[in-house]
Amino acid sequence: MTDYQEYLDFLCSALESQNKKNIPLNENTALVADIGLSSLEVMEYIEKIEDHFDISIPLNILPDVNTIGELAHKVKELNL
Amino acid sequence: MLFDKFQAMADFQAELAQRQVTPFGAVTEKILSATEGIVEGRPVILAGTNNYLGLSYDPRCIKAAQDAAQQWGTGTTGSRLANGSFAEHQALESEIAAFYGLDHAIVFSTGYAATMGMCATLAGPGDVILMDADSHASIYSGVKQSGAEIIRFKHSNPEDLAKRMRRLGDRAGQALIIAEGIYSMLGDVAPLQEIAAIKREYGGYLLLDEAHSMGALGDTGRGAAQAAGVEADVDFTVGTFSKSLGSIGGFCVSRHAELEAIRFCISAYIFTASSSPSIIASTREALRIIGQEPERRTRLWENANRLYQGLKSLGLAVGPTASPVVAVEMVDRSQTIDCWKALLEAGVYVNLVIPPASPSTNFLLRNSVSAAHSSEQIDTIIAAYAGLRDTGLLPVSQDS
Repeated sequence: MTDYQEYLDFLCSALESQNKKNIPLNENTALVADIGLSSLEVMEYIEKIEDHFDISIPLNILPDVNTIGELAHKVKELNL
Repeated sequence: MLFDKFQAMADFQAELAQRQVTPFGAVTEKILSATEGIVEGRPVILAGTNNYLGLSYDPRCIKAAQDAAQQWGTGTTGSRLANGSFAEHQALESEIAAFYGLDHAIVFSTGYAATMGMCATLAGPGDVILMDADSHASIYSGVKQSGAEIIRFKHSNPEDLAKRMRRLGDRAGQALIIAEGIYSMLGDVAPLQEIAAIKREYGGYLLLDEAHSMGALGDTGRGAAQAAGVEADVDFTVGTFSKSLGSIGGFCVSRHAELEAIRFCISAYIFTASSSPSIIASTREALRIIGQEPERRTRLWENANRLYQGLKSLGLAVGPTASPVVAVEMVDRSQTIDCWKALLEAGVYVNLVIPPASPSTNFLLRNSVSAAHSSEQIDTIIAAYAGLRDTGLLPVSQDS
């Protein structure tokens, strides 16, 4: 079973290509407020995560996700 | 502040007012025919009305509406569950079910209510919905209300749908798949044979929105599922009376007898007034006409092909195939607004589409074709676009 840190590491690395401002990525980095992802870019990012872990991330959880860390917790729950 | 979230829209409206453009508030001052009107003081060809079969101005439909208003009054003043269920409503339900060769139908007051209501009600907490990413707002609104787990698949991408069905494991057999026949903004047709095959492999239920394909596709006009030969795989078909049938209202038909129980669980059906008798009567007449006059569908596709080929030959960025909806992809908002205004000034009314109404980040000039358009009107529309292209206002596709 993968632990939280491994999820976090992957989520940060998967975001590098979309990190146009080159800001440091950590669990407190906000996807929209800090990185400035558009809704379309968020969906592209989500798709990378889905394919890597072979899961589907329901739309319902996204309103509760602001930071990379929050998303890592959700993905970990879905992949249990 | 309560109103802060509306400031961006207020700014946009101010920008439009400054540029003297009213794409979202253009008033049709007079209707001259199914394809002509007076908009913003100008006589125009109506090329953005979804009046696919040209029935909105059919004298038989108008007469049916007049007679019904005379006999039944102007409105029902109540919901179907209270005092709003007239013999006309039940007759239309029987006729729309028969049109689809099915036993069960519900008639709604609008197409939006039909789609939203069914999507909100069929699946609930604990269930899972797989929906096309480019679904209409009524579908998004409905699934959001449902309480079900919502998973999107890539637009018209059977491989992505199959992947997500596989990931569901045992839950796939109870999943509700939602797709549309013709997608309203770009006019593309869903790959229904592939989607049906995935449903047969993994199980689940399929709800298909035929709002823009009913009347336009299929041997008898039932829509995209009929054209693809997969009607037996569709569990629930929803649609509208406000496009090919030229009135207003919506429906759901199904082979499942449970639809009669579902009817009494749909808020969008229970808590709204039923359609006025004149609307129901004109819809019944239009349904009869499309069954008896298949040449309207032939004419629609002749016009669709003529417009599509004409715009494509101008080098404009249109979709991959001809369709009753022909969308021209634009570059940015400002250019799209300028072109919309120039087309209106040239005597052609089309739809201006900007995000979030359009899929992804597209800016579109959306044209909808009617069987009632003459070849000369289609050529006039093409000539108006050619005029814009020649002034450098319109982007030319790299493929041209």
